[in-house]
Amino acid sequence: MMATASAPLWRRQWRAFRGNRRGFWSLLVFLVLFVLSLGAEWIANDKPLLIRYDGAFYTPVLHTYPETTFGGFFETEANYRDPVVRELIEEKGWMLWPAIRYHYTTINYELTVPAPAPPSAENWLGTDDQGRDVLARLIYGFRTSVLFGLMLTLSASAIGIMVGAIQGYYGGWTDLAGQRFIEIWSSMPILYLIIILSSFVVPSFWSLLVIMLLFSWMTLVDLVRAEFLRCRNMEYVRAAQAIGVRTPVIMFRHMLPNAMVATLTYLPFVLNAAVITLTSLDFIGFGLPPGSPSLGELLGQGKANLQAPWLGLSAFVTLALMLSLLVFIGEAVRDAFDPRKFLS
Amino acid sequence: MSLLELEQLTVRFGDAVPVVDQVSLKLERGRMLALVGESGSGKSLTAMSILDLLPASATREATALRLDDENLLAWSATERRRLRGGRIGTIFQEPLTALNPLHTVEKQIGETLRIHQGLSGAAARQRSLSLLSQVELPASEAMLSRYPHQLSGGQRQRVMIAMALANDPELLIADEPTTALDVTVQETIMDLLKRLQHERNLGILLISHDLGLVGRFAEDVAVMHQGKVVESGPSDQVLSQPQAQYTRHLIDAEPSGTAVPVADDAPALLRADDLEVSFKGSRRGWFGPREETRAVDRISFQLRRGETLGVVGESGSGKSTLALALLRLVACQGRVMLLDQDLTRLSGGALRPWRRHMQVVFQDPFGSLNPRLTVLRAVEEGLRVHQPDLSRDQRRKRVRQLLREVGLDPDALERYPHEFSGGQRQRIAIARALIMKPDLLILDEPTSALDRSVQAQVLDLLRDLQRRHGLSYLFISHDLKVVRALSHRLLVMRQGQVVEHGDTETVFQRPAHDYTRTLIDAAFSTEKKHAVAH
Repeated sequence: MMATASAPLWRRQWRAFRGNRRGFWSLLVFLVLFVLSLGAEWIANDKPLLIRYDGAFYTPVLHTYPETTFGGFFETEANYRDPVVRELIEEKGWMLWPAIRYHYTTINYELTVPAPAPPSAENWLGTDDQGRDVLARLIYGFRTSVLFGLMLTLSASAIGIMVGAIQGYYGGWTDLAGQRFIEIWSSMPILYLIIILSSFVVPSFWSLLVIMLLFSWMTLVDLVRAEFLRCRNMEYVRAAQAIGVRTPVIMFRHMLPNAMVATLTYLPFVLNAAVITLTSLDFIGFGLPPGSPSLGELLGQGKANLQAPWLGLSAFVTLALMLSLLVFIGEAVRDAFDPRKFLS
Repeated sequence: MSLLELEQLTVRFGDAVPVVDQVSLKLERGRMLALVGESGSGKSLTAMSILDLLPASATREATALRLDDENLLAWSATERRRLRGGRIGTIFQEPLTALNPLHTVEKQIGETLRIHQGLSGAAARQRSLSLLSQVELPASEAMLSRYPHQLSGGQRQRVMIAMALANDPELLIADEPTTALDVTVQETIMDLLKRLQHERNLGILLISHDLGLVGRFAEDVAVMHQGKVVESGPSDQVLSQPQAQYTRHLIDAEPSGTAVPVADDAPALLRADDLEVSFKGSRRGWFGPREETRAVDRISFQLRRGETLGVVGESGSGKSTLALALLRLVACQGRVMLLDQDLTRLSGGALRPWRRHMQVVFQDPFGSLNPRLTVLRAVEEGLRVHQPDLSRDQRRKRVRQLLREVGLDPDALERYPHEFSGGQRQRIAIARALIMKPDLLILDEPTSALDRSVQAQVLDLLRDLQRRHGLSYLFISHDLKVVRALSHRLLVMRQGQVVEHGDTETVFQRPAHDYTRTLIDAAFSTEKKHAVAH
């Protein structure tokens, strides 16, 4: 909406954004990492990407093939890491493996040292205390964190903007009631609530998202509310009311674009907060279900296994990198919306 | 020996065309020199360059800038800074923003005393009190402890003047000192400046766009146009026998003409009966009664088709609230009858079809258009609401037709409001209101923010539209000259009440109420208040 409504302005802001070199490069790096992690199955998997067997092609990542397809004995899905299966396939063709031959669930049974194993040519960042490849878990964990953060940020912002818009537009009692409700609601101890809730609901990606959403939509309310309070007495809003434009249209077409500036500036930081919350929940063990790839869980393992520094270090570096990138992007977005920067 | 001499001043931004071009001025002691021009003529920049207050991106060149025969150009920046608030005092246009809202009157005045004279404590207080009495404010402790928001506009401007006088300046620069004030207050402030000019033998550089004001108060005048001084001399001579074409154009731009006559049997369009709007203040205590302010107090009037009703009053008189009440944008009591339909009984969706008949144009040409919508999207909005069956192309055609009608380039559809001048933006706002073919247009100070010559064009447009479409206008303004040029009848408001109501010419020639008389005197007086000393 903003882009179509003010293309020249939009272009100037994009220029201001690019003017912040660090933020611009952070965005590029982050986008590359994120897009790569979306295809995590093609980078880190315990199944080959492509199999040539007996004159036909197979794609195990997309389809499930029983072992019998390749001349094995079992009706169950082929375990391509099994030396027997590997031999069977390579007899009549070849396999193309992904760069990392481990899925986040894959346990490396061929370890020669007790888990957690230190980095080696086989496990580039070592394994965790259950013999799973750290790098594979990092890639999947990064994806989960970012996806969770993005979904939480988008839905929380949508709700927050809506509530703020309604409060600001109507003002008076609506505003007063809303503000008092938010004050009470935001003083609830979120962490304890989640801990209590997770004792009778098994936490999953989606249930966690909903629970967190209940408490994180309030960040943007004040901003949007203030902007709407200011805007509602503008003459062009009055003129639209006098024309008879419906209230939702006035809010969406005339007022929201003004509030978007403040909102967009905040988004990267909201995203950061969402990622951190998920990580800390995983760290204390009340987050995603056991076995899920997660940065917080890896940090927890690092704390439990201080003799294996590669666990904590990998998780720390990944988190630090991701959060810094987001902060840098946030700074550049702020520059882009700073009139003193994009008008000069 | 002149007090201030400026020779060939040029100010430019970057390599662009100079915004002040070779301006030379001369101001004598005890005289008032008015710098007159429309917005963008460079008059404020000229004054700011005397004070060294130009924006950082501007460059200044001059062959001479002399105060009392001392060449200021040879001084260091620090020395020149000491002039400000010292030998040169300044008064700005908007006293509310020029005063710090968190400082009391005592602190505001005390600050300049402390910086320039090192006065503090009892001495500063003594001096502040005497300054207050000089600007005709009550010289009391109570006054000293007030904050800017507790003062009226006129009082704030007096405090500003007191601050400017604190260090006995020789030169006073007054940048549109009365523009933000009501006419009756304007008069008293100008009288005060004039008195100070005589008593202290001050030189005053007055910047103004108001020729009437300049003609009455200033001894000398310099007319600026596009950065150049096109004419200068004693004000009597320049204003009565203008030599430059631009000066003549400015003088002719004073609103003139009368309303388009209405047929005697024109049917009634709008009727307001005992209209009342009140705002609830804060409660006294938890359960105490709310203080109630009546912004509009039992107002009744009738408006016929093709007729213009002028609503006149100073700020705070409730005239804008009246407009909002008629538009049903604020809650009100009483009745608003539009075409025999009582609008106060309708609400929400039932009201929507009636909105088509009554549209509004606001004052601020910058606030009344959404900066993020193109002209097309802004103007077509009414069609989307009231004629949703029109196709995109049909709407586009109508918008083009309307832009042509209000005198704009129909190809400007895809441009944004910031690309237009104030007058053009007001035309866009008029087009937006007209696209639904309304019967009544409520004009809330539509020309107040515009230069005189643009004002005249907009008034011509309004008169022309009225003639062609038989429109009725409710014309709200504080400017009696403008109202006179357009209205058939007049409604004078004061503190929410109607003090006078009648035919325009009757009211102007034989005002029945004292308040009306004061307003008319302030607006039309030509009595000269020049200094005698030469």
